[in-house]
Amino acid sequence: MSVPYAKLPGWAEYGLIPLVNLAVAFLISGLVVLIVGESPLEAAYHMVNGAFGRGEYIGFTLYYTTTFIFTGLAVAVAFHCGLFNIGGEGQAYVGGIGVALACLAFDRTLPWYLVFPIAIVGASLFGALWALIPGWLQAKRGSHIVITTIMFNFIAASLMNYLLNRVFKPLGSMSLETRTFDAGGQLPKLDWLMSIFGLSVGSAPFNISFLLALVAAFGVWVLIWRTKLGYEMRTMGHSPAAARYAGIKEARIIVVTMMISGGLAGMMALNPIMGEQFRMQLDFVQGAGFVGIAVALMGRSHPAGIIPAALLFGMLYQGGAEIAFEMPSISRDMIVIIQGLVILFAGALEHMFRPAITRLVLGLTPATRATVTKGA
Amino acid sequence: MDVFQVFIELAQSTVRVSTPLILAALAGLFTERAGVFDIGLEGKMLGGAFAAGCVAYVTQSVAMGLLAAVLVSVLLSLVHGYASITQRGSQIVSGVAINFVVAGSTVILGEAWFRQGGRTPALSADGRFGTITLPFADSLREVPVLGPLYSGLLSGHSLLTYLAFLMVPASWWVLYRTRFGLRLRAVGENPGAVDTAGISVIWLRYRAVICCGILCGIAGAYLSLAANAGFTKGMTAGKGYIALAALIFAKWRPTNILFACLLFGFLDAFAIRYQSFAFPLIGKVPVQLMQALPYILTVILLAGFIGKAIPPKAGGVPYVKER
Amino acid sequence: MSELAIELKGIDKSFGLVHANRDINLKVRKGTIHGIIGENGAGKSTLMSILYGFYQADRGTIEIDGRKVDIRDPNAAIAAGIGMVHQHFMLVENFTVLENVMLGAEESQILNAGITKARAELKRLEKEYALEVDPDAVIEELPVGLQQRVEILKALYRKADILILDEPTGVLTPAEADHLFRILGQLKAEGKTVILITHKLREIMAITDAVSVMRRGEMVATRVTKETSVEELAELMVGRRVLLRVEKGEAKPADIKLSVKNLTVRDSRGVTMVDDVSFDIRAGEIVGIAGVAGNGQSELMEAISGIRRAASGSVTLAGRPVDVTGHADPAELRKRGLAHVPEDRHHVGLVLPFEESENAILGYHDDPKYRNGFLLDIDAIRADAEEKIAAYDIRPPNARLKTANFSGGNQQKIVLAREMERDPQVLIIGQPTRGVDVGAIEFIHKRIIGMRDQGKAVLLVSVELDEIRALSDRILVMFAGRVVGERTPDASEGELGLLMAGVEGRKEAAE
Repeated sequence: MSVPYAKLPGWAEYGLIPLVNLAVAFLISGLVVLIVGESPLEAAYHMVNGAFGRGEYIGFTLYYTTTFIFTGLAVAVAFHCGLFNIGGEGQAYVGGIGVALACLAFDRTLPWYLVFPIAIVGASLFGALWALIPGWLQAKRGSHIVITTIMFNFIAASLMNYLLNRVFKPLGSMSLETRTFDAGGQLPKLDWLMSIFGLSVGSAPFNISFLLALVAAFGVWVLIWRTKLGYEMRTMGHSPAAARYAGIKEARIIVVTMMISGGLAGMMALNPIMGEQFRMQLDFVQGAGFVGIAVALMGRSHPAGIIPAALLFGMLYQGGAEIAFEMPSISRDMIVIIQGLVILFAGALEHMFRPAITRLVLGLTPATRATVTKGA
Repeated sequence: MDVFQVFIELAQSTVRVSTPLILAALAGLFTERAGVFDIGLEGKMLGGAFAAGCVAYVTQSVAMGLLAAVLVSVLLSLVHGYASITQRGSQIVSGVAINFVVAGSTVILGEAWFRQGGRTPALSADGRFGTITLPFADSLREVPVLGPLYSGLLSGHSLLTYLAFLMVPASWWVLYRTRFGLRLRAVGENPGAVDTAGISVIWLRYRAVICCGILCGIAGAYLSLAANAGFTKGMTAGKGYIALAALIFAKWRPTNILFACLLFGFLDAFAIRYQSFAFPLIGKVPVQLMQALPYILTVILLAGFIGKAIPPKAGGVPYVKER
Repeated sequence: MSELAIELKGIDKSFGLVHANRDINLKVRKGTIHGIIGENGAGKSTLMSILYGFYQADRGTIEIDGRKVDIRDPNAAIAAGIGMVHQHFMLVENFTVLENVMLGAEESQILNAGITKARAELKRLEKEYALEVDPDAVIEELPVGLQQRVEILKALYRKADILILDEPTGVLTPAEADHLFRILGQLKAEGKTVILITHKLREIMAITDAVSVMRRGEMVATRVTKETSVEELAELMVGRRVLLRVEKGEAKPADIKLSVKNLTVRDSRGVTMVDDVSFDIRAGEIVGIAGVAGNGQSELMEAISGIRRAASGSVTLAGRPVDVTGHADPAELRKRGLAHVPEDRHHVGLVLPFEESENAILGYHDDPKYRNGFLLDIDAIRADAEEKIAAYDIRPPNARLKTANFSGGNQQKIVLAREMERDPQVLIIGQPTRGVDVGAIEFIHKRIIGMRDQGKAVLLVSVELDEIRALSDRILVMFAGRVVGERTPDASEGELGLLMAGVEGRKEAAE
């Protein structure tokens, strides 16, 4: 009797409840818009229009989606192993080193399709390394991973500041960024994909790393539900004692999981660095690592949920820019509020509406009480 | 400038930088000793600083500003309490959420109300905490050694700074010498024992969370009403996390908190003042390393390389009556 | 003034779909020791939790001393003069005895005033009831027997007239239990009323005045202890005659399959939990380890199965050494033919949120037959699980059902099927029937004997002495980490009880 709630049918569990939680988060955001003296409906219109109104807007939306798929997957993978990796921000930031090194070394000699794989390896390697230390400390020394990864976000910020200042900044430059990459360090846009739907990508930086994100999502699904490693991770996540009993090497799984998680977060760096800016700038992550927490919670740590959740946040980020443009009193910080509210209602308060919904749903369909099976 | 003068100046700014850390870390002490982990210190402090900035400007009253800071911070604490105590949600997730909501809404509301790029308007002297000059500070200034120590280091801080330092023994006394403190420490270790003793776990934890809100509010008010003349966007700049680090570094004990905060405050003050200071033997240390040092030290401590930090046993776990 | 201390009328309580208490009526006379007996899960603890205000009954009334009272929380229970000693002690481990006793009864906002008073009162109680404990000792440094004393002191300090003890002897040695019973007798002499919850018939017969029997959430009978018998109570408890002896033939021990030599295991704090233990188990025999819970049995099993590292000693499995002091690996040992049914199936033997089929491979998930190249072969895993479901009559027969939705008995069968169907050489099995319904107990016992008859070496650990005696071919008794004696299963209960208390053992060592 470990589950205090009656079992709901799949559509309610994985559809209705997240939707209700999301709706409440949006309602409260609407209230903030009202307080500011603007019309929430108008804001919503600008948001949707700004995110999907034109091919270019959709391109931007999907550009942000790409970023959030990576960071969302990163958080989700760790969740399955019972680890709360709050350090996606720092891991993505440090992952940027791998991308920058690959591009700076080869952008003038190799074509992008050769630099890209090197950069993928570099990004995930550096991201993984940055997650390795907290993982190792948790596994071997029992340090609380939440605290360590928070600390590592700050340490990463200082480290990157130092590196951009002392190592990456070209001589004589004032701004904290690398030089701009040549053709080999620039990922092609996915205009062909957009043109299938009769849309034009315009100036949007919607690039090939989107496809990499989809592949990563599929890869995570295979990893978690179809491999021995994933099985061991989930065992650890649910019951460390059972994992020990089953001969699963606890320390190894924690470290490996954190490295996979950090690697995924690190890959996020490909999108802005090689896909948009063609250089590594100070603070290029811009909170995407934290958005990953919201995305993973929203998407119930399942790739099939993470992709739509990432799209939602992509929409918020792109549409939010449009709102800021059309309604000057609402800046893009509005997204941060919505993000916080989504984390609150989809995460910490996820069960708040469950009793009411359970009563409602089971009242409507009493037959569902009898057969209880777990949805995949 | 002689070494002693340098020392006094550094100590003075250490005290100033440490003040909000001490308040916030003590805030965390109350809730975490009661078994509710809180990584939302940052958000509550920021919310408090914003409320203080707004209300002090509108009312031109520093007292109203302080009150508003405390109210907003307590309100945020209650949200955290509702999520993690009543709804038994994840305390980490709730803390993260609150940090975001506050980070966003202070900017949006500040911009909507004052249109100064997320700032609140600069406060006049009435809307701020002035510095308090201790008796005879001026006349004693010339006394060798003790004079500068008294008038340069002890005197000349805001009321909230003195309050923060007083809160250290006060918190100790509350936690270890009162009924409330005994129960609070008990509920962070074994809520079952508290429940069976006929004490409401929920109400007790709510009270702890409210204490946390009050102290975070004061810390926020210090930032916008004492250290600065008004609120600026994101002005906590990670102080809430440093306070959290200090709390862990202090192994959840009031006296240690004082020293941890002074240490972290010193590192910060030093990094700000002596960006290109060359240490003997080591040479120049990058300012970024100095800034990262509190976090690095906390990681090392948490890993048990220098002592062991053992958190309250029931921390982070919502209380469910067992079946 | 009523002559009844407690009267419960029509108490009813459900948790979701589980009906824990059905229309319970109970009368407890003042100044008596009243036993409440029933199997695990019969609803005893729920009923007492209602009486203590931990839960609210859905229906029914509670009368204390003839007056109807509304017990909404433990506070109301304390005010009504009820004290409770919980099965899992409700103590703050890093607090002192004094702080624990005071908690919730501090008298004033500031502690100092209360402390002197509490000290004096503790002294008085100590004298009156022979409950000596150092008030300044920290709980985590006290042995369990003393921790329990602190719990009793807590209740008395709050002026309890009615004391409820929930399975108080589970963690005690017989000697400690005897001391507890003397204390209870004294309390009764002082006019206090004691309610003793237990599933041990012997205790009921030894000290109670009256006994009520619960079965599946219902109160099935109340008897005056002197007028009833163990046999009658046992039958009332389970609802039909139980097989006190399991049918089994003569054992045919063959080669040594498991050999343990001078094994010493320490826990994380460095306390010696298993102390220089040696024994052999041969193919085709069941060796039972008897002992009060917490005397090193768990650590012994964990060390042999590679979960916990041993400090010194050696283990040989089917003739080959096991690196118990170094890198013994549970997965590796499984491959070498060591099957292990752990004591705690909820947290160790199973992953409750997993599908049944996922649990059916736990620990064996490395087996190539579940693999399809790099990936797990889900079809093979489910097919395999369905075979086991059929063979062990696991219900409901659904390999995709979440394991948490199976009953205790069926969950245990999932573990047994997984561990037994592997043709192991050695089977280690801990608390095979804990929290398992009666029907499944028989099934499980037969399977264990079946393993023996197939020529497996079986190491059985159980805190149920009856179970040990019924199944084992040889019995080892553990006390304080040492094997203090070996007996045949026809050794008397009293003899084994003395060994379990460490009495005989100490004598043997002294001579």
